[in-house]
Amino acid sequence: MGAGHHHQLFRAGDTVVHRLPPQCKLVAVVAFAVVVVATPRERFWVFGGYLLLLAAVAAVARVPARFVLRRMVVELPFVLFAFAIPVIGLGERVTFWGISLSVDGLWASWNILAKATLGVIASILLAATTEPRAMLLGAQRLRMPQLLVQIATFMLRYLDVVLDAMRRMKVARESRGFQARNLRQAPVLAKSAGALFIRSYERGERVHLAMLSRGYTGTMPIYREISADVGQWLTAAALPVAAAAVLFLS
Amino acid sequence: MTLEVRDLAYAYPDGTQALFGVNLTIARGERVALLGPNGAGKTTLVMHLNGILTAGHGLVRVAGLQVGKETMGEIRRRVGLVFQDPDDQLFMPTVREDVAFGPANLGVRGAELDRRVAEALDRVGMRDAIDRPPHHLSFGQRRRVAVATVLAMDPEILVLDEPSSNLDPASRRELAEILKNLDVTVLMVTHDLPYALELCERALILSDGVIAADGPTRDLLADEALLTAHRLELPYGFAIPASGT
Repeated sequence: MGAGHHHQLFRAGDTVVHRLPPQCKLVAVVAFAVVVVATPRERFWVFGGYLLLLAAVAAVARVPARFVLRRMVVELPFVLFAFAIPVIGLGERVTFWGISLSVDGLWASWNILAKATLGVIASILLAATTEPRAMLLGAQRLRMPQLLVQIATFMLRYLDVVLDAMRRMKVARESRGFQARNLRQAPVLAKSAGALFIRSYERGERVHLAMLSRGYTGTMPIYREISADVGQWLTAAALPVAAAAVLFLS
Repeated sequence: MTLEVRDLAYAYPDGTQALFGVNLTIARGERVALLGPNGAGKTTLVMHLNGILTAGHGLVRVAGLQVGKETMGEIRRRVGLVFQDPDDQLFMPTVREDVAFGPANLGVRGAELDRRVAEALDRVGMRDAIDRPPHHLSFGQRRRVAVATVLAMDPEILVLDEPSSNLDPASRRELAEILKNLDVTVLMVTHDLPYALELCERALILSDGVIAADGPTRDLLADEALLTAHRLELPYGFAIPASGT
């Protein structure tokens, strides 16, 4: 119960960025990511330009830097991987602080870090200014397959319910003296996971019956049509177009 | 007749016979309780009313229309089923979309859809929750929204599966007040006998797959031998004098 953590990505507000239709923002972020990925890794200051563009978007959307930084933890596994590349990389090597590093590896590492970071920041800004539900409606507008949108919609609705069931099972286990101390206890956890899966599956069947009872025939009725006008598309295009300008005019 | 069930028999695919010839009729505007112990076939019977299960033998008619493959769409509009667990019933991300789901499937759109959603939520006193996600509501509120989701379809008969289960006393009373004020035919499946007495003038006892008794709720609940024979009993401390005495 209560607010699940998937809502914490969203930061309510009433700015130009918040008001843009979700499909415009989705397209803008994807287009921006394409420009970033297409940028040659040697052009350091172009990446700096991209970062400034994102900072400008954040400023307009009134999303504080701390909010973005805290949510960038999600990138950590990639960062660790990126740091490992120069150490294990092959080819010409340089010594830096007594550690022998591969030059190619350093380039690859920089490439991954810079592009991934920009992509993650853009996604965080998207999520911070777009309600999860609106995001799905946007995806639906963009002709994402119905089935995928429906699956994601149910995930949004039932994530908290499933997490709740998981919490209850954990409490039930621990109330009877179970503590996950080492690997030997893994079978118990595996069985819990199996039971959770079956419960969720059965809920899925009951939900399906409830849907049929209210006339479901395979397609979700579209309740909220979110249309975007030319002005909104142009506003959203500002980010990727500016990024492309930085790339080509430099 | 709003609901007519005749000689309804059903066996599950594994061979377990659940219903052995059920006969019942419910007139327009009646509120009827369907009582019975666990495993009596209550849920199986309910599933037949809107065609989720189809009769092995016998027939179900809703306002004259027989349940069958061709009539399924109309039957599901006429029979509003409220499931026991509101988390099963409320599957959309917001209350508004959930209440709109049924009428939207019937082809209602635009301002008319908005009106129906608002009206259905008004009838259960949940208008203020219209833009909230269902999992942020209390259990009692979710059950009320669940009732609204079928009211929005303008059903001939409202079928409630254990409406009072898991409710605290105040939510239970609030739901009772809402149900009493609804101007629809109600079939309420329950083993909460005081709730049945409070809300329904008439009761049926389903036991071992047949209707074992049909009469004024007060009379059935006063007949201790009858209740005992069908694994039903009033909660501790309750006694109901028969209407005649």
